[in-house]
Amino acid sequence: MRELSFTVAAREGLAEEMARDETVFVVGEGIGERGGNFNTTVGLYELYGPERLRDTPIVERGFVGMCTGAAMTGTRPVVDFMFLDFILDAMGELINQTAKIQYMSSGRLTMPIVLRGCIGIGGASATHHSGNYYPIFAHLPGFRVALPSTPRDAKGLLKTAIRSDDPVLFLEHKSLLNTKGPVPDADADELIPFGRAAVRRAGGDVTVVALCLMVNRTLEAAADLAHDGIAVEVIDPRTVAPLDVDTILESVRKTGRLLIVDEDFAPAGIGAEISAQVTERAFDELDAPIRRLNGLQTPVPYSPPLEAALVPTRERIAAAIRDLVAE
Amino acid sequence: MHAAAEVADHTGLELDKNRLLALYREMLLIRRTEEQLARSYQKGDIPGACHTYVGQEAVAVGVCARLRRDDVVFSTHRGHGHALAKGVPPREVMAELFGRATGCSRGRGGSMHLFSPEVGLMGTTGIVGPNILQATGAGYSFRLLKNARVSVGFFGDGAVNNGAFHEGLNLAAIWDLPVLYVCENNLYATEVAFGAATRNTDVAERARGYGMAGVAVDGNDVLAVAAAAEEAVRRARAGDGPTLLECRTYRTRPHAEGMRDGGYRTPAEVDDWKRRDPIAALRARLLGSGTADEEEFAAVDAEITAIVADALRFATDSPYPDPATATAHIYSDG
Repeated sequence: MRELSFTVAAREGLAEEMARDETVFVVGEGIGERGGNFNTTVGLYELYGPERLRDTPIVERGFVGMCTGAAMTGTRPVVDFMFLDFILDAMGELINQTAKIQYMSSGRLTMPIVLRGCIGIGGASATHHSGNYYPIFAHLPGFRVALPSTPRDAKGLLKTAIRSDDPVLFLEHKSLLNTKGPVPDADADELIPFGRAAVRRAGGDVTVVALCLMVNRTLEAAADLAHDGIAVEVIDPRTVAPLDVDTILESVRKTGRLLIVDEDFAPAGIGAEISAQVTERAFDELDAPIRRLNGLQTPVPYSPPLEAALVPTRERIAAAIRDLVAE
Repeated sequence: MHAAAEVADHTGLELDKNRLLALYREMLLIRRTEEQLARSYQKGDIPGACHTYVGQEAVAVGVCARLRRDDVVFSTHRGHGHALAKGVPPREVMAELFGRATGCSRGRGGSMHLFSPEVGLMGTTGIVGPNILQATGAGYSFRLLKNARVSVGFFGDGAVNNGAFHEGLNLAAIWDLPVLYVCENNLYATEVAFGAATRNTDVAERARGYGMAGVAVDGNDVLAVAAAAEEAVRRARAGDGPTLLECRTYRTRPHAEGMRDGGYRTPAEVDDWKRRDPIAALRARLLGSGTADEEEFAAVDAEITAIVADALRFATDSPYPDPATATAHIYSDG
């Protein structure tokens, strides 16, 4: 298998879907000739021109509403927000319209729209360019939410997102964009299904569910702990809506211990949901209380020491796992 | 009040007798359906809200008369008229307000959320503004698919000071999208007078700011509306871009049934507009010109009365949706 960066793999997925289906088009700021601030569309304008690589004015509400109408009438828009923080200007459209129209039309309209953007804390991006926001969408009926952590998943989940008839948030952590990993050949046409978690590392002592960038950090921590004889099972849900609780339960039944690591906030978050569902369905299998390790619940500060204070690190993840195993 | 002098005169439309009577018939269908819905609301047969279109019938009928079945309409909370004019069967509109499984949204919508994509009604919305953007997006699809279809967004004066109006019209203008933006200026956004909501109450004039065509017509004159719509639709289909069509009209019933209709307008103003009733005006015009006689109008009246009675029976007799389906259709796979 080839080694590709996360960005190149995702872009390959987009390019393949645009070649396969001429109703797919992209809108965003600077995604035309420029190829996107995060290089999401480099080389595609030359192939498909301005109607399918549509540079827009800075009107998030406007182009989200527009793409909602487009998705209702036979085309498949991919909205490239650049930074996901910019989606917030369009929340009324998304929540009241995009997510509800399939239901309101009693299934006679579909909503094949992809909403992609970069998330995550890092690089002194500061308050308006560092948000995560995925629990908001996972809470609401109508959305699918993909959180790829590897280049292979970035490509395969994006291809699934573009072929989906539901609104899909495809969220890319900024700190993952340049990471590299194996990706099947282009002709493999690999689609990664939604709602199927990946077991990234097998282990019998403790289950750690990690999201997005935290998957990589947790794998590093698990490697450290292996030297001390602690066998960590690392699960990457890959999508948080739908959420594959069955794979988590299967692991917890084996280990009896569960930690959820998430860069985003703890209150009303994905970890809270996982914890509730595991408690409801496997309380008797737990040997210790379920633990969460989250980013701090605060707007994201600029200065590097302040910023670094927010996010779980390899060391803090390892310490949290040790605590849980000792429980 | 609307300044009559600013309203363009459109008399160039040539319609034969059948088409003229069809316009009358469609307007009457909306009026009688709305009157029945108002009675049903008063009886308690409609479990939720009911926003009637009484007084504004000429706008929906005039515009939709110039559309093809595969053209699409995105409408508002006051959308019964648009639904009927676009071809949603009266039975399905009535049943939807009654909350029945046979309604056009299968009981998921009610007065404010009518869907019938089969005839190009892409939804009516309870939020002011989003349908302007969705109409723009349908225009984008049609441009991309190169199919010469046209998209229409209906909205009130209450929407034109909302950001969706600005963003949607600007996007359509940049890309010459085949969209018709129809502002039904009925002078009040719920109960806030248009003059209290903007310095510039000339909606059509705003088109110039976006670099698109803008036209104002007497929204109570169905022929004027149809003529203006004809030109706008021709422009859109030819790839010559969007049009902002301001139809100056008036809602003669309260914002919603059951609401107190005072404190923001006077009974005298309402009575004045009732004298400018679009249906009576067309009838008088066609009688005056000898195009149709009393007997023909009586036949249409009887036909509409029967259709509305049938719709009411259908709605009353229809089953409620199965509670087990309450979460169906959230996603495309179920």
